[in-house]
Amino acid sequence: MNDDIAIEISDVTMKYRLMTEKIDSLKNFFIKKVRNEIKYEEFFALKQVNFSIRKGEVYGIIGMNGAGKSTLLKIIAGVLKPTSGRVLKRGSVAPLIELGAGFNGELSGYENIFLNGLLMGYSKKFIKSKMEEIIDFSELGKFIHTPLKNYSSGMRARLGFSIATVVKPDILIVDEVLSVGDFKFKEKSEMKIRSMMKEGTTVLFVSHSLGQVESICDKVIWLESGFVKEIGAAKEIIAHFKQHA
Amino acid sequence: MKTHVSNLVKYKDLFLELIIKDIKLKYRNSLLGVLWSMLNPLLMMVVLSIVFMEFFKNNIANFPVYVLTGRIVYQYFADATNFAMDSIHANGQLIRKVYVPKYFFPLSRVFSTLFTAVLSLVPLALTMMVTGLSLRWMNLLVIVPIFYLLVITAGIALILAAITVFFNDLKHMYSIVLMILMYMTPIFYPISIIPEKYLTIIKLNPIYPIVDMFRDVLLYGTLPSLTLHLICVGYMVVYAGVGLLVFYKSQDRFIYHL
Ligand SMILES: Nc1ncnc2c1ncn2[C@@H]1O[C@H](COP(=O)(O)OP(=O)(O)OP(=O)(O)O)[C@@H](O)[C@H]1O
Ligand SMILES: [Mg+2]
Repeated sequence: MNDDIAIEISDVTMKYRLMTEKIDSLKNFFIKKVRNEIKYEEFFALKQVNFSIRKGEVYGIIGMNGAGKSTLLKIIAGVLKPTSGRVLKRGSVAPLIELGAGFNGELSGYENIFLNGLLMGYSKKFIKSKMEEIIDFSELGKFIHTPLKNYSSGMRARLGFSIATVVKPDILIVDEVLSVGDFKFKEKSEMKIRSMMKEGTTVLFVSHSLGQVESICDKVIWLESGFVKEIGAAKEIIAHFKQHA
Repeated sequence: MKTHVSNLVKYKDLFLELIIKDIKLKYRNSLLGVLWSMLNPLLMMVVLSIVFMEFFKNNIANFPVYVLTGRIVYQYFADATNFAMDSIHANGQLIRKVYVPKYFFPLSRVFSTLFTAVLSLVPLALTMMVTGLSLRWMNLLVIVPIFYLLVITAGIALILAAITVFFNDLKHMYSIVLMILMYMTPIFYPISIIPEKYLTIIKLNPIYPIVDMFRDVLLYGTLPSLTLHLICVGYMVVYAGVGLLVFYKSQDRFIYHL
């Protein structure tokens, strides 16, 4: 693998098994197995996807709902294992996919920073040292000690974004997370992503806002029902995509 | 392999937090819960002692300590495996959303249950003193069978947690298995009443050698034999090995069932 490559995806296929009937008990399983009645319907969320991204490049991924964008990002982040194919990554990955996964509504924002930070693989010491910075960036101010269940969804997203971006990752993966915040926070988080890009972070960016993709990304991957339809310069691909749709 | 180890180091604080969270939840920072965890084995010991010493007139020396050691081991095993069994389901939402080493969930539960077991060593020490066994330095060797027990339980917990993801009726069947296991463990009967031909079956029970070892260092004041150590180490390797393998091989498919 070439030295300046950050992500390499080779022949990645993701197959979901849609069970025509849910079998979740041993009893049923054996009865059906004996009668040979187990049927799965196969569904390919990704089919033979190939591409590689060089260090410092900023890629957008576009496509219709259900095209497989989130699935692809989750595979790169390591949440899902592909059915076949290989994923190579160079460096640390910060996934902004499901912001605030593992947030607990009963706990305060402050306590949730710990919980979520630990889930992202930070150490306790690191979280403590960054606490101030996270609270500052999230602009939650006095709400930081309120239980999370009383936050608006934008506030949660802000907290999640602030925690996830407190590190300087080599690879940043963003899945539509900028869409929940208000316009000010959107601008602020876009700035943050841009500052990471300046420092050489490789970025994979999924968004339905084509304008945003065009302004942030150099290149674009167009996914259509699990296939890579086109890869190329952002402007060009987005134009094709718009025509096609 | 290297990535597994570095992952473990990276996420160690999360692992500790999962353990502490379980313990906090169970005891909700209340002294009463802690007291209950100590009182509970004591009450059970008193009842069993009355039944078996007064009614059945068995001739086990120091029956209260005999029954407590057996019960502490069995209860830990039963509680820990039962708790760990649905750990993957309980954390399903999380597993679908973020990358976390999945074995953390069953294993943290095996560790957090150990807290209750350690608490029940307090009434055991009390019973030992009351029944005229003086506490000796040697008793501290109990740490060795506790370690064996932990590893064996962890291995079995991994197997159960993995299978339960696919078949959630396992939980009901397992409660029957646990009951059989209880009768297969000499908790309140002496091993001498078992006819020769059934002895091997009893000894196949993974917690039997642990109970034996507990009694050696706490009740009889003897060092456990080398054979006993070897049996324990053998079980440890087999159960932990199979547990890791089963879990590792099936974990990528969990996501389809959560
Ligand atoms: N656990 C699952 N089981 C079965 N099918 C799934 C599962 N997860 C996703 N899918 C299917 O995979 C396909 C791709 O989903 P994915 O979330 O990647 O789409 P997307 O491109 O992110 O769409 P959107 O723009 O709506 O976010 C969808 O058809 C979805 O139904
Ligand atoms: Mg999506």
